[in-house]
Amino acid sequence: MEHSNVPAGQTTVVAPVIHPKSARRLRLPVPDWLRSILHNRKAAAGIAILVFFTLIALFANQLAPTRNAARIVGPGSQAPSADFLFGTSRQGQDIFAQVVHGARTSMAVGFVTGTVIMLIAITIGLTAGYVGGWIDELLSLITNVFLILPGLPLIIVVAGWLNRPGPFTVVLVLSVTSWAYAARVLRSQTLTLRNSEFVAAARVVGEPSWRIIMFEILPNMTSLVVSAWIGAVLYAILTEAGLEFIGLGDANAVTWGTTLYWAQNNQALLTGNWWTFIPPGMCIALVGFSLTLINYGIDEITNPRLQNQEHEGDAK
Amino acid sequence: MRFLVRRTGFYMVAALIAITLNFFIPRMMSGDPVTAMFARFQGRLEPRTMDALRETFGFVDAPIHEQYFTYLQNLLQGNFGTSITAFPAPVTEVIGNALVWTLRLAGTATIVSFVGGTLLGIFAAWKRGRFSDSVILPFLSFIGAFPYFFVAMLLLYILAFGLKWFPLSHAYDLSIRVDWGSPEFVMSVLQHAALPAFTIVITGMGGWMLGMRNNMIGVLGEDYIVMAQAKGLSDRRVMLTYAARNAILPSVTGFAMSLGFAIGGALLTEIVFSYPGIGFWLLSAVNGRDYPLMQGIFLMITLAVLLANFMADVIYVMLDPRAR
Repeated sequence: MEHSNVPAGQTTVVAPVIHPKSARRLRLPVPDWLRSILHNRKAAAGIAILVFFTLIALFANQLAPTRNAARIVGPGSQAPSADFLFGTSRQGQDIFAQVVHGARTSMAVGFVTGTVIMLIAITIGLTAGYVGGWIDELLSLITNVFLILPGLPLIIVVAGWLNRPGPFTVVLVLSVTSWAYAARVLRSQTLTLRNSEFVAAARVVGEPSWRIIMFEILPNMTSLVVSAWIGAVLYAILTEAGLEFIGLGDANAVTWGTTLYWAQNNQALLTGNWWTFIPPGMCIALVGFSLTLINYGIDEITNPRLQNQEHEGDAK
Repeated sequence: MRFLVRRTGFYMVAALIAITLNFFIPRMMSGDPVTAMFARFQGRLEPRTMDALRETFGFVDAPIHEQYFTYLQNLLQGNFGTSITAFPAPVTEVIGNALVWTLRLAGTATIVSFVGGTLLGIFAAWKRGRFSDSVILPFLSFIGAFPYFFVAMLLLYILAFGLKWFPLSHAYDLSIRVDWGSPEFVMSVLQHAALPAFTIVITGMGGWMLGMRNNMIGVLGEDYIVMAQAKGLSDRRVMLTYAARNAILPSVTGFAMSLGFAIGGALLTEIVFSYPGIGFWLLSAVNGRDYPLMQGIFLMITLAVLLANFMADVIYVMLDPRAR
């Protein structure tokens, strides 16, 4: 990584790539890392989509004022109309209300799970990488085992034993089973940083290990942590939706996954009720796509070889 | 060689941990699954069968370590118990039948997806900014960000329900007799597999393509590529034997892992298309509280993944002399 020669304690984030011209034009008090991300077209588009859905989730009560989106409000199997923007389910529930309120649970579960996954991954990955010795051996073994165990089947089996877990349990199960990949990536980055001069300097000064890990090493891999976090959120949103879609979540909760589950259960595909599964599915897809875009953007900003497409032409 | 021996040791540990998890997860939940099952299947299970099931699970009146060893012993003898949903078939038989369908569908589709995506990635890196790089890659990435099952539902709705190009569900036309010798049956199987396989290929390809492209771009900056070109080697040779061979290494490991995910991903596809593979049976087992089948399938998937990873290690050693 190109940050290894950064002075101790300085918080460097994503390598700032600022074009001199635009830097002069933009005078807003925006931190460098955010500016370089917003200058990347892919990342900016991703952030725009994500902000849009976050606003929907935040203002769900204003957009679809209903106390319970699972309530039956009209005749069943209605195609989209002025009354019901996204039509109604076979039982007569308002799909628009479900999609708007579902945004809340689905995105909350996604972001909370992604964050918990990263906390576990940071703790295990950085400890293993920095401390070394038998602790590293043991933690790496655990990480590799969790990495190799097939995630979705394991989650399904646990969900099967738990008998229709609610959103909170889903967060727990997903977090416990899915931290390994990020932990491995962070560990190898820690191994590289551990031998850099600023860490050696901190050690000579007598800083305790936990301080070196938290304040010297961690800030120097922010871009890696952020992209792993986004990947974890994406994984959590898709897996949660998948679990609920196959009927292993709480069928009474209002989320995008359960709306899809009821659509499938009511044979929406075979009766042509496309409005019951296209809107929630598209929401999941768009949120997923926005996260992917942001990660591509971060990848391009931090990996200089992926840039300068127009200058290189054929790669020769 | 030492590398492979070490890896084998690791796989043994991983397998033991999976088996142990399989043993302890039911014990962390409240109640005894066999009794719960009995309550559900009142009248369908004889007390004798129940006792046999308890013993297979190791749920006997004994200290927990003895239960654990009883369980291990049964596993080693290939005794996974009796399925409830497919009563009275033994779990191994149900798994065997289902596995054939999954391997045929998901196995083939994953390989096609990997090979196709990797080749496209090689071209995309070689011709930066051209068609494959600037049109195909974003398109596949867009599809790849979709939830697996949603793509499957959409395609099923458009291609099978709307346009009627493909059958709606099942692995073959149920009105035809199962006979692998008859061309009619084989055609029916192929027709039914085409759409599910297509959904797996199209959702998986973007990831392979992007990974390979980015690895290739990294490798293309190396000195030995310049050297190979300076020597006047043909483009094709530089691209495939110099750049691609080195760039594919990370993908190979990923491919082995994806075989495990293939079964998981195929699980959702199998559910949308009612395809009688492992995933479909796993869900039926979970919904029907068929714990022996559920545990059997989980163990089987895990062992298959471990085996796939071992094969990837062998390929890795063959591709990368440094690992020998």
